Amino acid sequence: MNFFERLSLLDRRWVYLILAAVVVITLLIKFATPIRINPEVRSIYDFVEARKPGSYLHMAIDYDPGSLAEMHPMTYAIMEQALAKGIKIIMTALSPNGPGMAEQAMLDIMDSVRIHTGKQLTYGQDIVFLGYKPYPGIVILSMGQNYRLSFPSDYYNTPLDSIPMMKNVINYDNVDGIILITGTSGVDFWISYANGRYNAPLAVGLTGVMAADYYPYLKSGQIFGLMGGMLGAAEYEKLVHRPGRAMEAMRVQVWTHMIIIIFIFIGNAGYLISRRKGGVR
Amino acid sequence: MSWETFLWTTLSIALTFCTFSFLYRDNPFYKFSESLFVGVSAGYFTIILWYSGLVPTLIDRIWVGQPWWQIWGGKWWYIFPGLLGMMMWFRFSKKKGWISRYPIAFYLGIATGAAIPLEMQNRVNRQLADTLVAPNFSAGFVAGVSDIIIVIGVICGLFYFFFSVPHKGLFGGVAKIGIYTLMIGFGASFGYTVMGRISLFIERVQTIRDWVRMGFEGGNGMTAVVWIFALLVVLLVLMEIMRHLRKKATQDMA
Repeated sequence: MNFFERLSLLDRRWVYLILAAVVVITLLIKFATPIRINPEVRSIYDFVEARKPGSYLHMAIDYDPGSLAEMHPMTYAIMEQALAKGIKIIMTALSPNGPGMAEQAMLDIMDSVRIHTGKQLTYGQDIVFLGYKPYPGIVILSMGQNYRLSFPSDYYNTPLDSIPMMKNVINYDNVDGIILITGTSGVDFWISYANGRYNAPLAVGLTGVMAADYYPYLKSGQIFGLMGGMLGAAEYEKLVHRPGRAMEAMRVQVWTHMIIIIFIFIGNAGYLISRRKGGVR
Repeated sequence: MSWETFLWTTLSIALTFCTFSFLYRDNPFYKFSESLFVGVSAGYFTIILWYSGLVPTLIDRIWVGQPWWQIWGGKWWYIFPGLLGMMMWFRFSKKKGWISRYPIAFYLGIATGAAIPLEMQNRVNRQLADTLVAPNFSAGFVAGVSDIIIVIGVICGLFYFFFSVPHKGLFGGVAKIGIYTLMIGFGASFGYTVMGRISLFIERVQTIRDWVRMGFEGGNGMTAVVWIFALLVVLLVLMEIMRHLRKKATQDMA
């Protein structure tokens, strides 16, 4: 049994241990990795930058704790940029475990903006969280007619008409755009219903697993921007000059990917050598 | 940093370790964290559904301050969707299960009517129209070539799924280009998936690191919790190594 054959029979737990060691070591050692900004991420940044203070942005926070690692950095970076510019944000969460994510992000970001810019944000005047409603397709369609159909009151049970920033907001026509951060297939509803039916400008931040499937919508113009996984989040953090967890994670990604590539090479080499010897078929 | 935040974070770190212990082998700690996750998710979802869905969109619309036995005064017609919803529960009866088909039929009719035209328009027609376009070299040479590759890739990919003709000769060659295109697509998805999975692990390690920092900066009490936790983890690892060695020694003796 040669070296490659032995490695191909290696207990997979050693692979996990090596990967864990690489992640821990590269997190402890501080070094920077170059991050190149892709046009599909820059277009979201440019869109938010071009908004005037007082304009409205709809942030759809449709993810569960399972995809928090990739999604939270995107949410934080975009919302901090928008709130610092004086853009008003309407938040919704159409994923069952999403309200907790959205509320945590909202409270953290309000604090963060106050610390970084000295700007005191007020709930109901600068930001509002409408909460969760089941059946995302129907909710997205109904918000195109009137936000009040699905959300007569916000997450804290305050009627929408009693919230100062919602008084003149009826539907998607009153918001400049929708930025969807999601780890669910609900993105299809947003594309077909919010953009397709109501022509609402839509950009998406997706988990790495989903990102490759949605590039055709970018090319067709149905979405104007796309952030894919941790890389997309890191690019956005770089654009807003606020290095966070995503930028830090990218240097770990580089090394873990190299290790995975080496493992794939060894596994395939072992397989090919075994096959040549007439072993595995 | 408050004790409350610190203890909740400690609990989340403990559950992270319990979950990752499955990578070594199945064990009661993993089973506990798995069951806890399923239970908490179901409970959380039920409460969210009740207070975000049923109460504001049904109950609060029918009863606007009047006594519970009196349905007029509010939007009494909401009683009908409420009844349709209740009919769904007949799914659990073997004899009366047929009643649940009516609300399902109602829901399917609405959902299909809303979905089919929009899905066809946005996910089929629009995609087709924007795929089969003349190459746009004005946006740059790479963009133009990319447009050509997309058109060729889409046509060849469709040929691959055309099984009425044997994949031989010219047709076979085109289908082969199609399968190569699909493989490149799967490769891109796999690459992103690897990044996604590693991202989840990195975030957990970042959280553990921040928790350790929080413990050491939070005073003696919090520092003690971190040390006790670390000691417990080390003890568990040592116990597992001892168990493994004993098992190996027994096997060697046999």
